[in-house]
Amino acid sequence: MNDATTEVMSKQAPGQHDGPLVSVKDLEVSFRTLGGSVSALRGVSFDMWPGETVAIVGESGSGKSTTATALINLLPSNGMIGAGSITIDGREMVGLSQDQMASVRGKIVGYVPQDPMSNLNPVWSVGFQVEEAVRANGLAHTRKEIKSRAIEVLKEAGLADADRRMKQFPHQFSGGMRQRVLIGIGLAADPKLLIADEPTSALDVTVQKTILDHLDKLTRENHTAVLFITHDLGLAAERASKLIVMHRGKIVEAGPSVELLENPQHPYTKSLIAAAPSLASRRIRGASASSDTDAGGPDMARLAVHHHEAAEEHHISEAPVSIEVKDLTKVFSIRKGGFRTEPLTAVDKISFKVRKGSTLALVGESGSGKTTAAKMILGLEPPTSGDIIVGGTNLNGISRKAMFNLRSRMQPVFQDPYASLDPQRSIGAIIAEPLRVHGVSDRSVRLARVKELLDQVSLPESIAQRYPNELSGGQRQRVAVARALALKPEVVVLDEAVSALDVLVQAQVLQLLADLQEELGLTYLFITHDLAVVRVVADEVAVMEDGKIVETGTTDEIFERARKPYTQRLLDAIPGSGIKWAS
Amino acid sequence: MLRYILRRLLQAVPVFLGTTFLIYFMVFAMPGNPIVALFGDKTPNPAQVAALEAQYNLDQPFFMQYLLYLKNVFTGDLGTTFSGRDVNTVLADTFPVTLKLVLMAVVLEFFFAVVIGLISGLREGKFFDNASVVLALIFNSLPVFVGMFLAQYFVGIKWGWAPVTVGRDTSWGAMFLPALVIALTIYVTGMRLMRGSVIESRSEDYVRTAYAKGLTSRRIIPVHIARNSLIPVVTNTAASFGALIAGTTITEGIFNIPGVGNTLYQAIIRGENSTVVSFVTVLTLLYVIVNILVDLLYAVLDPRIRYV
Repeated sequence: MNDATTEVMSKQAPGQHDGPLVSVKDLEVSFRTLGGSVSALRGVSFDMWPGETVAIVGESGSGKSTTATALINLLPSNGMIGAGSITIDGREMVGLSQDQMASVRGKIVGYVPQDPMSNLNPVWSVGFQVEEAVRANGLAHTRKEIKSRAIEVLKEAGLADADRRMKQFPHQFSGGMRQRVLIGIGLAADPKLLIADEPTSALDVTVQKTILDHLDKLTRENHTAVLFITHDLGLAAERASKLIVMHRGKIVEAGPSVELLENPQHPYTKSLIAAAPSLASRRIRGASASSDTDAGGPDMARLAVHHHEAAEEHHISEAPVSIEVKDLTKVFSIRKGGFRTEPLTAVDKISFKVRKGSTLALVGESGSGKTTAAKMILGLEPPTSGDIIVGGTNLNGISRKAMFNLRSRMQPVFQDPYASLDPQRSIGAIIAEPLRVHGVSDRSVRLARVKELLDQVSLPESIAQRYPNELSGGQRQRVAVARALALKPEVVVLDEAVSALDVLVQAQVLQLLADLQEELGLTYLFITHDLAVVRVVADEVAVMEDGKIVETGTTDEIFERARKPYTQRLLDAIPGSGIKWAS
Repeated sequence: MLRYILRRLLQAVPVFLGTTFLIYFMVFAMPGNPIVALFGDKTPNPAQVAALEAQYNLDQPFFMQYLLYLKNVFTGDLGTTFSGRDVNTVLADTFPVTLKLVLMAVVLEFFFAVVIGLISGLREGKFFDNASVVLALIFNSLPVFVGMFLAQYFVGIKWGWAPVTVGRDTSWGAMFLPALVIALTIYVTGMRLMRGSVIESRSEDYVRTAYAKGLTSRRIIPVHIARNSLIPVVTNTAASFGALIAGTTITEGIFNIPGVGNTLYQAIIRGENSTVVSFVTVLTLLYVIVNILVDLLYAVLDPRIRYV
């Protein structure tokens, strides 16, 4: 872990400029929508000095990405700068034509986008797309020079075998590799400022750490200023010397990272810090006394208390076993071009037990087999061998009818709240669907149950008539939870169920899950790559690597006395794990 | 890739057998003895009929006839017409004419679809876009033959810019007018596909990243927006190429073009079964081949499919 304090010192070494590199004053941005003009930035002002690393933190909709894209005038087509000024390297940006802007982009301001999957053009080779950037910024002129400079750019970004991979297409690269390509492109012309918009939020924690460390090294060597946009407070504090906290289009607080974390002034900053799950957090317990978690979110203080409350020991070891998995194995055959195939063992003889009313977290990087394991347990993927016993019933060789009945006792909640709800159906219909499928034919009974479920997930009854696109991400995930609970299941499989949510919303959903577990005695199988979340939800943890379970234990054991280096590596990769938080 | 091509070729086999079987069955299940029909009003000598039946394998059971027919097709023997010409020669005479017409129509169609679609997509909701959508609706709702008569009347007769009908002169210039009319009646689908995917591509993340690299619109529009949007348009055009080869009968009739469609039409009217079957078989084969080429083209355009 980098020591945040020494980083501040090194980053503040005086540059050759006498003024700030970036100076944003009273910036106003609005978006034209069908309902009229919506203001996204309301008087944003900040300065950045050469070589400085600054992070803008906030939840989605806070205006942090809008600020970043406004700097290089890449706002969506319905967005426009209403007032204010942006000066970069002594030059006013507001009012520049697209062609004038093109001479700033790439050369003076580099940009690393969020999603490595969608930011490279799928029909052109990776080499082509890097060469294009090299040519556009006048870094080389003959074809040969351009090619060798492009290879150099990729090698600097950490692609050791760049010359061999130039002709390959983006889909032949892993997410981490693509992000390296994008970082290479962003830094190709040695810009004075690099804007990194959530550069690693789509990647695994361990990959994230390697890539950010590398980015740190490159920008430090070249004295490049970096503007980080992130929703992850831990990551921001670890990587940036200065933090800017944004909320509803305004900067609510700004200052040196360490100071801001240890002594936050604004209530919003305080609630962000309280909601960020970290290593210091404790298991959230259901608040059985007052289970009306508020959707609006003003009650963050109460939530924060729950985080840090030392929970009483639950006697889960005596409860009956709800899910038992024995030597579960899944082998896929992978096509290797031509007619050859090769077996790939995705899940390799894993065994574990989850007791009723408790939570087991299955953690690992992508490709570790955790999602395949979850799919097999849900009966969505046939296992190659091994046994899955749910509530005393072995899934092996079970009849279709018995499987159908078993499904009502075991329900999933998936990662993406945008993709897992049918956009054409109302919320009420979505929640009632499992009831209808499983033979609740009386319409009024279904309606009553929908009402009850909405109440359980703390959503207003009126939402039943609305459609998914009218809801926020957090509300949608509550709907997904309500749908999963419709049939009163014993087991809920949560596959990265909170990974797509902002910290504040994430904290609310986690609290809701804890309340429901307490109230209904639910058993959770929690699939995630985010160990910080595991800390606050799980009773027991099973760590997966390459299809095998490498370590199991109670959450405290794993976090305090991890035995395997792999587990330790996962723990170290949690952003902000070395930071002292305000309590 | 090899695996992909082989699989597509294998899929073509049942398609080819199924269609030829259906055509063969339908034509020969029709009432009347083709040999007797050959003699017209005259009453043929039964021995002569039997000899001819043996010659054309008509004394065999139906299924044998079909197999023998297939054997002939694969050895390049498509039979003869009633007037005694080889179907092969007739095809060799008419096919190039139709191919020329369709090629010209398809190139024009592609040009209209791409250019109009691209500009419309880039100026979504502006005047050009609205005008092109209205125009497309007019061309699309006008029946093909009405468009052709209008073209003949105005361009051919009133203004005299092009020959009214084609006839013997099957040069590129003579067939430009019918090709243009075909293109105008079919470019709409391609234009809509192009427009839609241009609008979609414009807001893709990789387009924003391309701007962030420092590229200008002059490069981004052709390289990142148009190139990606071409995938559905090219495949649509290629598919309409296959459909047009067999579907120019009306056009060839109206403009009196001595192509495949016209000949096929005449053969159907005269009841020349063997000619009909042979022509349709060749067209089916062609259609299947064009479709395989379309699929391969898709793989060429989209590297994600190429490397499956």
